[in-house]
Amino acid sequence: MGNFIRGGKKEVPAISTASMPDIVFMLIFFFMITTTMRQSDPLVKASVPEASQVEKLERKSLVSYIFVGPPTNSKLGNEARIQLNDSFATVDDIPNFIFAERESRDEIDRKFLTTSIKADKSVRMGVIIDIKQQLREVGAFKLSYSARKEVEK
Amino acid sequence: MIKRKAKKKVPEINASSMADISFLLLAFFLMTTTMDVDTGIARRLPPPVPPTEKPPDIKERNILNVMISKNDRILINNRLADVYMLKDQAKEFLSNPYNSPDLPEKRWDTIPALGGLFEVSKGVISLKNDRGTSYEMYITVQDELTKAVNELRDELSRRKFGVAFSSLKNDEDIEAIRKAIPISISEAEPEEYK
Repeated sequence: MGNFIRGGKKEVPAISTASMPDIVFMLIFFFMITTTMRQSDPLVKASVPEASQVEKLERKSLVSYIFVGPPTNSKLGNEARIQLNDSFATVDDIPNFIFAERESRDEIDRKFLTTSIKADKSVRMGVIIDIKQQLREVGAFKLSYSARKEVEK
Repeated sequence: MIKRKAKKKVPEINASSMADISFLLLAFFLMTTTMDVDTGIARRLPPPVPPTEKPPDIKERNILNVMISKNDRILINNRLADVYMLKDQAKEFLSNPYNSPDLPEKRWDTIPALGGLFEVSKGVISLKNDRGTSYEMYITVQDELTKAVNELRDELSRRKFGVAFSSLKNDEDIEAIRKAIPISISEAEPEEYK
């Protein structure tokens, strides 16, 4: 059965690495396209609640985020604050924020703009109600309550 | 005045470091990339109601009152309840399988993809919460209600098309199921506080 022929002293040709940069470049392009840079530093701690019936947010570029939660800097107290873009804000700043978000998008895309509320579990509904009222006033009806997919028990 | 030097050979550029450079870039993008997908419970807010307008009259049997108190207790039709009961109650309310007179009425609607006329429930789940309710509880309740709707949609989809709602491919079918079992959750206008 042993019909294997062992070729003595046959030199293995060196593998050409010339195509390696091409492969690596391909990978780079992939990551460059898929990457989304974090736009703002979190000023509030928002650990979102869990839910089982979550849907994926389509088209991330058309989502504007409202963060609600206790400040990460504990010197500022424990009360829930709202973060828009890079700074603390109040409920009254939300209409202007939404207008600015609309302004920065293409006209065709504006009606697909979604607002995602990323709120901490501990937040009381009072703040959320106020935010929702403001959003209704300016006609930003598409809303998503950010939640993590629940792990099956 | 320009001298053209004949046959001067350009030395070849050593390209062996290109791989290193591109690896460096690759490492950078690998580090900065975030692959997490944002998920959430999608809702549509109702347009603002002018203060002069009266709320529409809805028959009592067509409303399921769900109230979350400031202590995160749940009341269904003014009776204390548990979160786990919510889904089944909502399902029974929205489907009214035995056409009970206490549960919502139905209206006939033409949905061609489901074979013509279909009975759509008139039931509305009225969700109320206090300003002191925790967001976590609110999301849990919204989740349970969504689960009720999704399960009903799933059952209908299996009955009509033989597959789960989430695996339906045809947009027309999806739209038909959505129309047959709408997410009818109405949130109360917040009351003015003095």
